[in-house]
Amino acid sequence: MRLTVNGKAHEVDVEDDMPLLWVLRDELGLTGTKYGCGIAQCGACTVHMDGIAVRSCQVAAATADGTEVTTIEGLGTPAALHAVQEAWVEHQVAQCGYCQSGQIMQAASLLDMNPEPTDEDIDIVMSGNLCRCGTYPRIRAAVKTAAQKLQEA
Amino acid sequence: MGRVRTIARRTFLVGSVAIAGGVAFGTYMMQRRLPNPLEEGLADGAATFNPWVLIDAEKVTLITPHGDKGQGVRSAQAALIAEELDLEFSQFTTSFGEPNGAYWNRAFAEEGVPFKATDESFMAENMRAFVRGITKLISMQGTGGSTSMADSFDKLREAGAVARETLKAAASQQTGVPVDQLKTAAGAVVLPDGTEIAYTKLAATAATIEPVRKVTLRDPSEWRLIGKPMERLDILGKSTGTLPYGIDLAIDGMVHATVRVNPRQGGAMTRFDATAAKAMRGVKDVLEITGGIAVIADNSWRAMRAAEAVEIEWGDAPYPHEQDAHWQALADSFGEEQLDSMWRDDGDVDAALAGETAITAEYRSPYVAHAPLEPLNAILLVTEDQVDVWTGHQMPIMLTQQVAAITGHDADQVKFHNQYMGGSFGHRLEFEHLKQAAEIANQMRGTPVKLTYSREEDFAHDFPRHISMGRCRGTVANGQITAIDVNIAAPSVIGSQMGRAGLSVPGPDAQIAAGAWNNPYKIDAFRMCAFRAPELAPVSSWRAVGAPGAGFIFDTFIDELCHAAGADPMEERLRLIDHDASRKVLEAAGEMSNWGSDLGPNRGRGVAFVESFGVPTAEVVEVTNTDRGIRIDRVFVACDVGTVVDPVNFENLVQGGVVYGLGHAINCEITYADGMAEQSNYHAHEGMRLYQCPEIIVKGLENQTKIRGIGEPPVPPAAPALGNAIFAATGQRLRELPFNKHIDFV
Repeated sequence: MRLTVNGKAHEVDVEDDMPLLWVLRDELGLTGTKYGCGIAQCGACTVHMDGIAVRSCQVAAATADGTEVTTIEGLGTPAALHAVQEAWVEHQVAQCGYCQSGQIMQAASLLDMNPEPTDEDIDIVMSGNLCRCGTYPRIRAAVKTAAQKLQEA
Repeated sequence: MGRVRTIARRTFLVGSVAIAGGVAFGTYMMQRRLPNPLEEGLADGAATFNPWVLIDAEKVTLITPHGDKGQGVRSAQAALIAEELDLEFSQFTTSFGEPNGAYWNRAFAEEGVPFKATDESFMAENMRAFVRGITKLISMQGTGGSTSMADSFDKLREAGAVARETLKAAASQQTGVPVDQLKTAAGAVVLPDGTEIAYTKLAATAATIEPVRKVTLRDPSEWRLIGKPMERLDILGKSTGTLPYGIDLAIDGMVHATVRVNPRQGGAMTRFDATAAKAMRGVKDVLEITGGIAVIADNSWRAMRAAEAVEIEWGDAPYPHEQDAHWQALADSFGEEQLDSMWRDDGDVDAALAGETAITAEYRSPYVAHAPLEPLNAILLVTEDQVDVWTGHQMPIMLTQQVAAITGHDADQVKFHNQYMGGSFGHRLEFEHLKQAAEIANQMRGTPVKLTYSREEDFAHDFPRHISMGRCRGTVANGQITAIDVNIAAPSVIGSQMGRAGLSVPGPDAQIAAGAWNNPYKIDAFRMCAFRAPELAPVSSWRAVGAPGAGFIFDTFIDELCHAAGADPMEERLRLIDHDASRKVLEAAGEMSNWGSDLGPNRGRGVAFVESFGVPTAEVVEVTNTDRGIRIDRVFVACDVGTVVDPVNFENLVQGGVVYGLGHAINCEITYADGMAEQSNYHAHEGMRLYQCPEIIVKGLENQTKIRGIGEPPVPPAAPALGNAIFAATGQRLRELPFNKHIDFV
């Protein structure tokens, strides 16, 4: 299969049903995308596929063939943060941090489609991403800060 | 039952000695400075002043041996050193260091004695000093029990101060300027004329002089870092996907492995057929290990899929196969033979309860999984004379011993490379996955093996929080609680957990009734008994250990008695409290929540107070009874840790603890059927999701003299405060967790 990840073209020889998550992690070595549950319950594996937030554990390699994928590594870097990542740092959202790649990718997608989300919008869209440490109050605040940053940009 | 007089303290004393194998030690042993592991292989020109600070010509390295499960303790430890050493966060690197007795945990003793953490009497303090000696002698290095700050606060500030004074002495030697004219700031010694000499430039000289050990710690009024908002060292890495966890590591030549071990935990594998699995793409081998199989493949997913394809027959579990039998075992444990400890026996409880119609209630707290989001994993490389282990774990030295016992090496040949953990909540105190990884890697010496659990395997072997049952009786009169008799039965979590590690811990298990026996209430007729149920499903320490279960039982019963007496639940708790810092915590929660004000129709407010790990914590929960179920609106939390090191991280941890406590109270339990946990993934053991999260308002008080940790204490009061609020809103009293068995939530 061929796919473009964070702007770079890749060709990998994998089974049609290997989840994109494992293509990214074990075949391409992009470990910022996390394995948490494997059944779309936790959202830790969230990436953008052709601009849409998807659970990469549920996307078969054959489905991802020919698509453009953005992972947390491609959203922004420590030296050039995406607005959502800036907000996540400012609010110091992370505790263990294991879910935060997925939270950030989900939040970036939300703000891309809905630049001024209401509290209810945030609750609906972000509730598929589980945080076992319970950083939800900070996630809510950071999404709002990120929305503001993107509006001002 | 009034005849029984188990004196817990004496048993504990005997028990503690037995842990150390009857070792006798003198003051020399206690005061002896342990060798500094950083001195081994120290490069020329590099200086180390103690086991926590290493400086060479290039950089400053701070060793932060407490494991970081997300509680931010790597940063907090570094901040304590940097406070005295005058370093900015950008001026050093950190390392978890290696397993070493020099990093023994001085605060484990706090939980190892049968005294209330708030008891600072001569006898209590002496006992702590005694147990502290034992923990030093047996090299108890570890992270848990919310002890990291208590262990580190003085020790690491002193380590920083010793380094600072030695660097000043080195600068004095280099420049001829007397030490008392030197200052330090931002990683440099500053001469009277303003010239700065970076610590890295002083390392070579400092390496030639004895560390200056007579130091004075700074007055709190001089603190630059402690008590002020900090930016955690890991926050950038965790916000960009660039911080690697154990599960993300790769070693050259590494193979991927996963296991399937009997979900009837501890049971045998009676037969397996790996023919189909071995034919699958990428599968290199299928190995037999204790109780199951391991698949070796070239990719984690291929290993997991092949493991599912192995046909296996499992033997029976060494515990009752059905959940009902587990509850029955607890119900049968309220007898004198099972009495583990009588924690309180004040006044004549039998007489007080005999004359009147006692109020009685029975409570249940279920098995609950830790389920941190990063599944268990480890990379092991076994060679002839060394074993390397890469994973995140809370008990470094015990880990090396457990692995060495499998591979046949000496424990000091096991090199443990600790990693940031994607959560733990007590899960990463366990060794079973490491023993499995050691079994696999030992069969494949020379090849690095990365074991990754599937989420389903992780749930099947979570070693959940123990179940507990409470049977309570009490009386009220004239608007007050007059007598109380609390009986709590549970299997011993310490016995189960230590048993798996091959250790036997004699004496009572203070965790059976933790969060209950150590309450600060003074009631004339007050009895509290803990009963040890037989070992059932294997269990382990779940965030706050015994206090979430026993605290729920005890505080809910207090609330029931308050209502039965017609007393205000806040006022009556305040009347009973006999400990100043605890009273202030409860008062603060009352003020924050505007307790007593009208909430309007269909709404209710509940308060709970539980002390755990030395931190009195009060929570007030507000709920609305909507037509779709209970909605949790707001939570007010007040707690007292003595000193708040980083107010931002403190707030985050308290909020997270409340979410953890509420989420599991709403919808989580592990139940057994056919000997196996019925819940296999987050869809069946969900916890709280963002839309359910209330506003959580936090206040940290600093009235206590000792510093305490905040990782666990916010969890226990959450469930009873929620149940008490639901009662206030609906009149329905919930005596069994999780609450969604009895009431709907929005």
